[in-house]
Amino acid sequence: MSLALLLGCSYLVWVLQRPFLPGTPALLGSGFLWLSRRSSWKESIRFILIQNRAGKTRLAKWYMQFDDDEKQKLIEEVHAVVTVRDAKHTNFVEFRNFKIIYRRYAGLYFCICVDVNDNNLAYLEAIHNFVEVLNEYFHNVCELDLVFNFYKVYTVVDEMFLAGEIRETSQTKVLKQLLMLQSLE
Amino acid sequence: MDSVKQSAALCLLRLYRTSSDLVPMGDWTSRVVHLLNDQHLGVVTAATSLITTLAQKNPEEFKTSVSLAVSRLSRIVTSASTDLQDYTYYFVPAPWLSVKLLRLLQCYPPPEDPAVRGRLTECLETILNKAQEPPKSKKVQHSNAKNAVLFEAISLIIHHDSEPNLLVRACNQLGQFLQHRETNLRYLALESMCTLASSEFSHEAVKTHIETVINALKTERDVSVRQRAVDLLYAMCDRSNAPQIVAEMLSYLETADYSIREEIVLKVAILAEKYAVDYTWYVDTILNLIRIAGDYVSEEVWYRVIQIVINRDDVQGYAAKTVFEALQAPACHENLVKVGGYILGEFGNLIAGDPRSSPLIQFNLLHSKFHLCSVPTRALLLSTYIKFVNLFPEVKPTIQDVLRSDSQLRNADVELQQRAVEYLRLSTVASTDILATVLEEMPPFPERESSILAKLKKKKGPSTVTDLEDTKRERSVDVNGGPEPAPASTSAMSTPSPSADLLGLGAAPPAPAGPPPSSGSGGLLVDVFSDSASAVAPLAPGSEDNFARFVCKNNGVLFENQLLQIGLKSEFRQNLGRMFIFYGNKTSTQFLNFTPTLICSDDLQPHLNLQTKPVDPTVEGGAQVQQVVNIECVSDFTEAPVLSIQFRYGGTFQNVSVQLPITLNKFFQPTEMASQDFFQRWKQLSNPQQEVQNIFKAKHPMDTEVTKAKIIGFGSALLEEVDPNPANFVGAGIIHTKTTQIGCLLRLEPNLQAQMYRLTLRTSKEAVSQRLCELLSAQF
Repeated sequence: MSLALLLGCSYLVWVLQRPFLPGTPALLGSGFLWLSRRSSWKESIRFILIQNRAGKTRLAKWYMQFDDDEKQKLIEEVHAVVTVRDAKHTNFVEFRNFKIIYRRYAGLYFCICVDVNDNNLAYLEAIHNFVEVLNEYFHNVCELDLVFNFYKVYTVVDEMFLAGEIRETSQTKVLKQLLMLQSLE
Repeated sequence: MDSVKQSAALCLLRLYRTSSDLVPMGDWTSRVVHLLNDQHLGVVTAATSLITTLAQKNPEEFKTSVSLAVSRLSRIVTSASTDLQDYTYYFVPAPWLSVKLLRLLQCYPPPEDPAVRGRLTECLETILNKAQEPPKSKKVQHSNAKNAVLFEAISLIIHHDSEPNLLVRACNQLGQFLQHRETNLRYLALESMCTLASSEFSHEAVKTHIETVINALKTERDVSVRQRAVDLLYAMCDRSNAPQIVAEMLSYLETADYSIREEIVLKVAILAEKYAVDYTWYVDTILNLIRIAGDYVSEEVWYRVIQIVINRDDVQGYAAKTVFEALQAPACHENLVKVGGYILGEFGNLIAGDPRSSPLIQFNLLHSKFHLCSVPTRALLLSTYIKFVNLFPEVKPTIQDVLRSDSQLRNADVELQQRAVEYLRLSTVASTDILATVLEEMPPFPERESSILAKLKKKKGPSTVTDLEDTKRERSVDVNGGPEPAPASTSAMSTPSPSADLLGLGAAPPAPAGPPPSSGSGGLLVDVFSDSASAVAPLAPGSEDNFARFVCKNNGVLFENQLLQIGLKSEFRQNLGRMFIFYGNKTSTQFLNFTPTLICSDDLQPHLNLQTKPVDPTVEGGAQVQQVVNIECVSDFTEAPVLSIQFRYGGTFQNVSVQLPITLNKFFQPTEMASQDFFQRWKQLSNPQQEVQNIFKAKHPMDTEVTKAKIIGFGSALLEEVDPNPANFVGAGIIHTKTTQIGCLLRLEPNLQAQMYRLTLRTSKEAVSQRLCELLSAQF
């Protein structure tokens, strides 16, 4: 009962909001983790994160090899960078030797970490595309849906992004595939 | 089926990125390229990503993809909104696919085939036209998607850099975005314009927006946007607008974020020098720079201003006067004191005529700051004082009093004390002639490349702005020397050309630490660092000791200097071995072009097989990289391979060579045996060539346990109770090589009274006995 109450408190209504605009920059100094030493390629997604305002990670998809403690550190840093920004900031932040393209939807931050050469607006809209698919799939999605069906969320991610590249962009096709997979269960 | 193709293409991409040689490209090229024609746009999306990566490695193979990509792109861009049902996103047809296709096209130069070229140009024009049309939807998603394609198209136009009207149109479009409501667009426009500024066709067009950019600099609320504005100002700067831009950047500097100040300082310094028509302006700018952001003015900047002042007679008087006035401010930055001290020391006589800046006043002014300064500055001021003694005999007694005071003569700092003592003596003992010769005015510095650019490049890393500098310099004509992408400079000294730009190309070795005290007779400044990327440097000093240490042990630090630490960890089994070499960067700056090479001399080559994989050529500050060396002993050998490491640190080449301690005894396998066996074999190896004996003085204290440990470390088995004399050490083992195995027996007899040893080695091969004896004798 109390659990339901607790969950009820954290129940968030999902509203697809307009993007918030630029804010204070956070040019992070180059930390000891020099991320590019492990990859020689230059244009792709490094990781995708969904975090809530409090810092809890709802989804973390990594397209590059990191140790667990490095992952934790990255998650904390991304959270620190992204939550201080508000409407007057851009949706793009320089992060170590990459950049993060993020957008806030209600209490969740969707962050995609890409290389500096990548097209910002394309990835910004890729986030939105992804969110729209989630919305369709979960019928007015909210944070709780992501919490309880995290495995399904990963399926959606894998339909739309693979190997650090955008895989499928058609919402109809993705949903068709997802429904097919769902029917197999 | 299509879904499988999509996933397969991206999987292949991932595999390719992990190890590119695994993928057999030859046969698969046509199949992969054919995917671009697929009906399913998802497949095309995945395939495009794959081809883009593959084409970067083998552009020739995938040339055919260009025309397919162009036709695909033009079909998408010109499609009506009812086609491409599934892939239309907020009234924009297949935006992500368009972006990917445009990205693919950026891997190639403009297509040669005129038909393809024409189609591409049409396509780009259509995209640019669409940007001008009224939007089909009020939603931000629509405009973002449309603009994503637009920015990528502009990026392609810039990359091709061949169609002037496209470039100009792109520039105008970006100009419109500069004043857009959305900050995202303003940010991206500033960024794109930065790259546009370097192209000769659009440079003028970019300059027209200078007012908007300056306005952005003043009014933007997001610091990263302001930063882009600064970058753009730097990129669009040329002779016509330099004073304005420098002034704007200086005023921005006063309120800039601390983290970016140093970069702005460097940029201002570079611009001021490059576009200075009137060097008095340059001097003013630098002094202003020091006044506003003194802490962030790095050494290179103020060395440069001094070099320039010394090289240009016309500006010397002005510099002296300005510096004098600047020093009168109640609180000046230490860098200003340094610059002021140096300039007054050299050229104070030029303003000494004016009663307001008489020698005594100059001296008092400098001395009033003396106690506020750090040690290097004080050292510099002491040099200035002795120069004053030469220039102005009337202040000699005053200065001598200062030098004579205990706080100088007995100063805790050695440098200051030395200078005070020597200068005092010099002033008392030397006649005026000698004094004049010793303290003659500094001769002009040889014209050399500016180290400021190197510093800026280092700071920014491989970013667009500094690459921009490269392309800019490649196009500019009035710089001395031919175009040469930094940092591949081969000679530090270019021939002096008095009226040419001092700003040159390439990275130069930084000026020697601090302007040298003028007590040296005027000679050319000698490069402190050698810039030649020559062949193997002579072996680093001290490497002999380290080498000997490694004979009996396998792990430890092989070499260390201020920049680099080399550690080793090795293990051997029979005739094979593996060595891990750890290179640690002890500094906070990255090493570039880091290449360690293993060199086996011709004699050594047939006997020892070394295999290693190349190391990442960039070593970050504080990082450690590892290199694995696989070793195989083919037959016995005497020499040791040499590890030669070359890298760039800062602007200089570094060359380190150490001997790699791969010695014959590493392949020594201990063999236990009983006393009888030992003596039997000992008699078998009674041939005089097979025995080598050495009698030598002990270098280290003769401790039994230590000796035993060393023998075991050497690789031999220590046999107890074999020798009738219990003080003697006896060992046996087998040297494993690929071709043969050589049995070895050794006996070490210590003589404690004489502090000497007699070492006898018997093996079936003379050379082996010789070498092992050598190696082992050195250990004791």
